[in-house]
Amino acid sequence: MPDAPPKRKITLTVNGREYTAEAEDRYSLADFLRHALGLTGTHLGCEHGVCGACTVLVDGEAVRGCLMLAVQAEGCQVTTVEGLANADGSLSPLQQAFMDHHGLQCGFCTPGILTTLTAYLRDRPNADEAELREALSGNICRCTGYDTIVRAALAAAGAMREGGQP
Amino acid sequence: MSSTAFVGQRVKRLEDPDLLTGKGRFLDDLKLPGLLEAAFVRSPFAHATFTRIDAEEARALPGVHAVLTAKDLPSEMQGRRILLQVPHPQITYAVTQEPLATSEVCFVGEAVAVVIADGRHIAEDAAERVVVDWEPLPAAAHCEAALKPGAPATHADRADNIAGRLALGFGDVDAVFRNAAHVVEERYEPHRGTGHPMECRGVVAVHDMAGDAFRIWTSTQTPHNTQRAVIDMFGLAEDRVRVITPDVGGGFGPKNQVYPEELVIPAAARLLGRPVKWAEDRREHFLTTTQERDQIWDVAAAIDADGRLLGVKGTLIHDAGAYLPWGIIMPYISATTLPGPYKLPAYRMAVTVAFTNLVPTTPLRGAGRPQAVFAMERLMDAIAKATGLDPAEVRRRNFIQASEMPYDMGLTYRDGAPVMYDTGDYPEAQAQALAKAGYDDFPARQKAALAEGRHIGIGIGNYVEGTGLGPFEGATVRILTNGRVAIYTGAAAAGQAHRTTLAQICADELKVDISDIDVVGGDTGLMPRGAGTYASRITVNAGSSVRTASAELRGKALALAAAKFDVKPEDLELSHRAVRIKGEQGDSITFAELARMTSGMPGYALPKGVKPDLEASGYFTPPQATYSNGSHVAEVEVDPETGRVTILKYTVVHDCGTVINPMLVDGQVQGGVAHGIGNALLERMVFDADANPLTTTFADYLMPTAEIVPACDIVHMESPTPLNPLGAKGAGEGGTIPAPAAIVAAVENALSPFGLRITDCPVTPQRIVELIRAAEEMSEEDTP
Repeated sequence: MPDAPPKRKITLTVNGREYTAEAEDRYSLADFLRHALGLTGTHLGCEHGVCGACTVLVDGEAVRGCLMLAVQAEGCQVTTVEGLANADGSLSPLQQAFMDHHGLQCGFCTPGILTTLTAYLRDRPNADEAELREALSGNICRCTGYDTIVRAALAAAGAMREGGQP
Repeated sequence: MSSTAFVGQRVKRLEDPDLLTGKGRFLDDLKLPGLLEAAFVRSPFAHATFTRIDAEEARALPGVHAVLTAKDLPSEMQGRRILLQVPHPQITYAVTQEPLATSEVCFVGEAVAVVIADGRHIAEDAAERVVVDWEPLPAAAHCEAALKPGAPATHADRADNIAGRLALGFGDVDAVFRNAAHVVEERYEPHRGTGHPMECRGVVAVHDMAGDAFRIWTSTQTPHNTQRAVIDMFGLAEDRVRVITPDVGGGFGPKNQVYPEELVIPAAARLLGRPVKWAEDRREHFLTTTQERDQIWDVAAAIDADGRLLGVKGTLIHDAGAYLPWGIIMPYISATTLPGPYKLPAYRMAVTVAFTNLVPTTPLRGAGRPQAVFAMERLMDAIAKATGLDPAEVRRRNFIQASEMPYDMGLTYRDGAPVMYDTGDYPEAQAQALAKAGYDDFPARQKAALAEGRHIGIGIGNYVEGTGLGPFEGATVRILTNGRVAIYTGAAAAGQAHRTTLAQICADELKVDISDIDVVGGDTGLMPRGAGTYASRITVNAGSSVRTASAELRGKALALAAAKFDVKPEDLELSHRAVRIKGEQGDSITFAELARMTSGMPGYALPKGVKPDLEASGYFTPPQATYSNGSHVAEVEVDPETGRVTILKYTVVHDCGTVINPMLVDGQVQGGVAHGIGNALLERMVFDADANPLTTTFADYLMPTAEIVPACDIVHMESPTPLNPLGAKGAGEGGTIPAPAAIVAAVENALSPFGLRITDCPVTPQRIVELIRAAEEMSEEDTP
């Protein structure tokens, strides 16, 4: 009989709130967020690091939640799609731009695209279309054909330059 | 407020706020107390038999609740297969999958057992420990080879691989070929890909012992078909099985049939008395979710001296895969779609549907049409070459004219009605597309580019698409006691924004804001009849039902208020969730008050003229398909060294009749073109000679990305149909259908200095380099 898979307690901060939960060592960060913490906004599209749906921000950097183990996030600051809205609950400029420009259809890949763009636009608020398309090339969307996502990102970048947050 | 405050407007989506903030509820997000999770044991062989499954070690793992094989399933399931969706008399062997295979597996990934455990990780640990005594058999790996004498049989007890045969046509084909000025003949081979919604499939089932009732959540396009299949399998009354679609992360066709897991998971929930979930992973999706598009067309066109079509004849081999969940609908659609927007005096197509030991094929965005359009449009380009005419001119000479509508093609469509094009202006669609694409200037652009050593090309794809098929899709519209309006529909959404579209239609009738409307779709408990979200049919069917039901409800609200105020209904108007007497100081009654009136008081008679229903239902039943059409023009640049294709400009003229929400139709077209770009350039499901899938990750099977898909230039033409009250036609698939034809034509045109011909797709970089080398070798041989 094989031993039960090893587990440990993990403490981390997600969207500004500290969580401690137990997880098997082999749990991906995405599985941990979804199933141990109940934050199901982060979606798994391929579980092999290509589609980008599970992208979250770990200490500010966009990371594939399926390729990072939960135990590696011990003590980290994680941001998921649930943490992107303004403090009053209204949509962030990026989220609002997605609504205004029809940047989503089924909405399954959207959380990973929003997190990817949140980090990218924070670092490169003057990104042009070609740069944004390159930044988005690690996120697969089957519904939209991407153009409305690019329009939304450009609009959000404009709004950010005028003083808002992403 | 005008009569169309919402219909026709770029209304923002009601769906978005939840989906943008992580509040969507997809299948794998569902949490139920005591939920167990499943993992399936699947065949590693494309064809094999087995007699024994040893699950002893798996069952002993801590956290494992059960390992079920076929013989462990309930007695109702023994000897049974999944209900065939669309029977057809020309099917030779109507075989669908068993819930779990009993002794033979016919494709890699077919399930033979399921592990139910405390969590998915443990379930997968256990599934790896299940031992099956496989006896591999020879496999049919390709549809053409499968039809040759002596080919391995896909199903061991069958003598051959013929799943069905069809013969369609009209006119005196032999005579027109005898009298033709030119005959062009080619073979076309579009290849297999699949839908790949970003959310894979999944099922959650709960069984209630009291009453033997199931609640099933499934990531599907067709909850009512799942309900029918469960009812059929377990012999239950309809009200015992409620199927609910949560948010669905894309469908594109493959989520439009009933899969074994949708029967096995409910069975497991009943056996164990616990809720059970299975969430497919991407590898399983590559192995088991249905695919489409492998076809082989051998076609010839007869033309007169002016390049006018006299007739088309040929054969079509369609790859069914291992089973026929959807019967032989796709090759039927292919064969009836081929003539497209062109006048065709004579036509004969002989179709053979072949079983192979590959994942079954079912309708995938376009459903047999992209292949047919590829064949016809490539033929038009071949005719252009043969006659020396410009490809656009050949098409122009052959178009059905707007004045000829309705146009009887001479075929019977898959809905049993004649292929009768209802409305559309095909010559105008192409003319607008060419103008927008700068087609006339292209030769100059091409010459200039070539002078710089750049290979650019242009290609055209025209199509006509039967959409909005029956049988029906219903809607109930109700005014609630909280003053809001509820729409219930059988239709399940997977990103198309049904909530927004249906609310727009209702809002115009009831003079409310769309934010006053709640739309609930895809729940068999709220709408007892439904067909499904396929064949670009929901706006036509459910939309028309919402229109007629909303109009009827408006009449009821007016009659009720008229009785209350003792005035005529004509003296009343609807405004701001109330009915009021026209004029400055008119009295009014709110929707909430009206709804409460119809609820009555315990023990009291209802007031005169009041009936206990402030709701109306409709089931729109279209008499036949309504035909959308469009013209695509692709301009590309090809690097002959690397085979890389860059799409420089993509123009779409799209006619889906009356447009309810141009923003959403643009989205469908742009997304559809992206899928078509995948089919044209990237996406190919590759199998080896033993039918083993070789492309089972997104690193092997390439999906279009933001760097590849350009912004399409989209023009809407509106040719409303008289066949439904909205004048609308389907819009979900037209972006995809002609894209491979247009793009491949453009790639070929770009490579015209090499003198090569492209008759298959996708044309990957590797394929392009191969074709260039072959053409160069050919020309070296020709050189004396």
